[in-house]
Amino acid sequence: MSYRFLEETAIADVAFEADGGTLPELFESAAQALAATMVTDIDQIKRRITKPITLTSKTIEMLLFSFLQELIFYKDAEVLLFNGFHFDIIEQKEESWYLRAEAYGEEINPEIHELLADVKGVSLHDFVVEKAANAWRASVILDV
Amino acid sequence: MALPTGEKDYTKTAIKPEFIQVSDVVWDISPACKQGMRVPARIIATKKLIDSMDLHVYDQITNVATLPGIQKYAFCMPDGHSGYGFPIGGVAAFDANKGGVISPGGIGFDINCGMRLVLTSLSHEEVKPHLHSLVDMLFRRVPAGVGSRGFVKLPQEVFRDEVTLQGAHWAVRNGYGWKEDLDRTELNGRADWADSSVISPKAVERGFNQIGTLGSGNHYLEIQVVKPENIFNEKLARKWGLFPNQIVVMFHCGSRGFGHQVATDYLLLFLSVMESKYGIKILDRELACAPFYSPEGQAYYKAMGCAVNMSFANRQVILHRVRESFSEIFGKSPEDLGLHMVYDVSHNRGTFEKHEVDGEVKELIVHRKGATGSYYPGREEIPAFYREDGSPVIIGGSMETGSYLLVGGPKAKDTFCSTAHGSGRTMSRTKAKKLVRGQELLRELRDKGIYIKSVSYAGAAEEAGFAYKNIDDVVEAASLAGISLPVAKLVPLGNVKG
Repeated sequence: MSYRFLEETAIADVAFEADGGTLPELFESAAQALAATMVTDIDQIKRRITKPITLTSKTIEMLLFSFLQELIFYKDAEVLLFNGFHFDIIEQKEESWYLRAEAYGEEINPEIHELLADVKGVSLHDFVVEKAANAWRASVILDV
Repeated sequence: MALPTGEKDYTKTAIKPEFIQVSDVVWDISPACKQGMRVPARIIATKKLIDSMDLHVYDQITNVATLPGIQKYAFCMPDGHSGYGFPIGGVAAFDANKGGVISPGGIGFDINCGMRLVLTSLSHEEVKPHLHSLVDMLFRRVPAGVGSRGFVKLPQEVFRDEVTLQGAHWAVRNGYGWKEDLDRTELNGRADWADSSVISPKAVERGFNQIGTLGSGNHYLEIQVVKPENIFNEKLARKWGLFPNQIVVMFHCGSRGFGHQVATDYLLLFLSVMESKYGIKILDRELACAPFYSPEGQAYYKAMGCAVNMSFANRQVILHRVRESFSEIFGKSPEDLGLHMVYDVSHNRGTFEKHEVDGEVKELIVHRKGATGSYYPGREEIPAFYREDGSPVIIGGSMETGSYLLVGGPKAKDTFCSTAHGSGRTMSRTKAKKLVRGQELLRELRDKGIYIKSVSYAGAAEEAGFAYKNIDDVVEAASLAGISLPVAKLVPLGNVKG
């Protein structure tokens, strides 16, 4: 489970690749990359607040897209950052993908969290989720 | 754990197209270059700029040329750099009455992001001793960065039913500004086509507490000086209220999370109907679009209007805070300090405009994404005070190099009244902050006489001057093309950023 930022991909924004052995690991890696775009040290984000997240999408790509968008929504609407997740369900049934999860985090406090860029959204440009040999991988560009 | 594959080198996957050189600053790419192109792509740039643009710009602008209803050319402005779907600096006009489309990705996600320029009656000498306290106060009064909230507290319903419909008028009515500010704002500070019944509750929840905030990234508020040698059009400078060694204030921000949510909501809707309902095939998901006169196209247009209004209200409230801060520091009223607006321009908007195309006046939906409206003299879009001159155009540079005030030129007729919007990045944020540490950069700039107050040192490093094109080159290209002509260059002294 990991992520890394890419230097040459998105000139105006922030691009990263994330991977994980399982889908929950992939989703957690991508969420950590999102948090790491906004604060220097994601370990500074304590798990004080729990938010349930339930999503349905047509594809696994759109499921990850919506999941990251949901975290960005909470960042603006409730000033929350997340660094911890529990996934009950990430699965495909018939034509749709389903996610049920809990996200753990806390309110942004500039006294504690060393802030970086404000992520405004996820771009669909070159947005890819794919299954490699033994791992899932995602390429994501964040609009900052 | 390192990822098994190497990072994609995008510069190698895109191919430099064959250009047809039309003049020193106009370069065309023929529709024969790519299947589906309906019109040529046209890049406004000097040879130097065109050689330095990243190759994806050309791929993206030729993709834009495939969209239904596009007129004349898919334009790229001199500050063009690769974006998503459209390049930043992309301009495209679609015939609303002949199936022409509207595309959220062609307008930009930070809807109506723009620049506002404010005068003062103060000279550099008068401000010098107070510069740090002034910047520090502005930093406190105009929140910036991740998770910042504005001082305006209002219920979600008021945001939805008033702010998104009335724009800057809402702000002025509530005491955040002067009536004359509206006359110095594009569209008179209000998108009258807005309809809040088509915006999602999520968009409202993201935006209602962000009025009066800058955001982060390349958004900033700057104290600038008009150096005597930087006035290029004395007559207009004087008429517009500029004088040598004057202090002016410029800021850059948009519709924050609200605009972004509106754009995302409609991008997803368009993706779901575009091909199945309208038979439109596109080359990139971010080009998702729908006919302007379709239920989806109209809904997005009205929702986009709401975001336009949010950003006008946002910049209006920030102006109010700027006036308060100056007033406190200098112990005089904002009126006595001459804090009048020059203009407020957007560089991310789709605007319904009439333009002559091959001798016929057409109703077009003009998409400007990272491109500024630049109206030649006499256009009805220009407020009365400026109409005979051409519209004021504000192009923002990096925090090191300065910004420009320009005027719409005669040749803007050929670019659907559009010009550049900024310097244009040449280096990724991730790379820029590897090359310089924020604290060092701020120290260096301080030695040069530029005082910067930022929420984030790393964020400041991302905005280092070397990560951008030289703004003088961008303005030179726009000027040689005759689409906008420089009035004055404005050099930074103090900068607040997210």
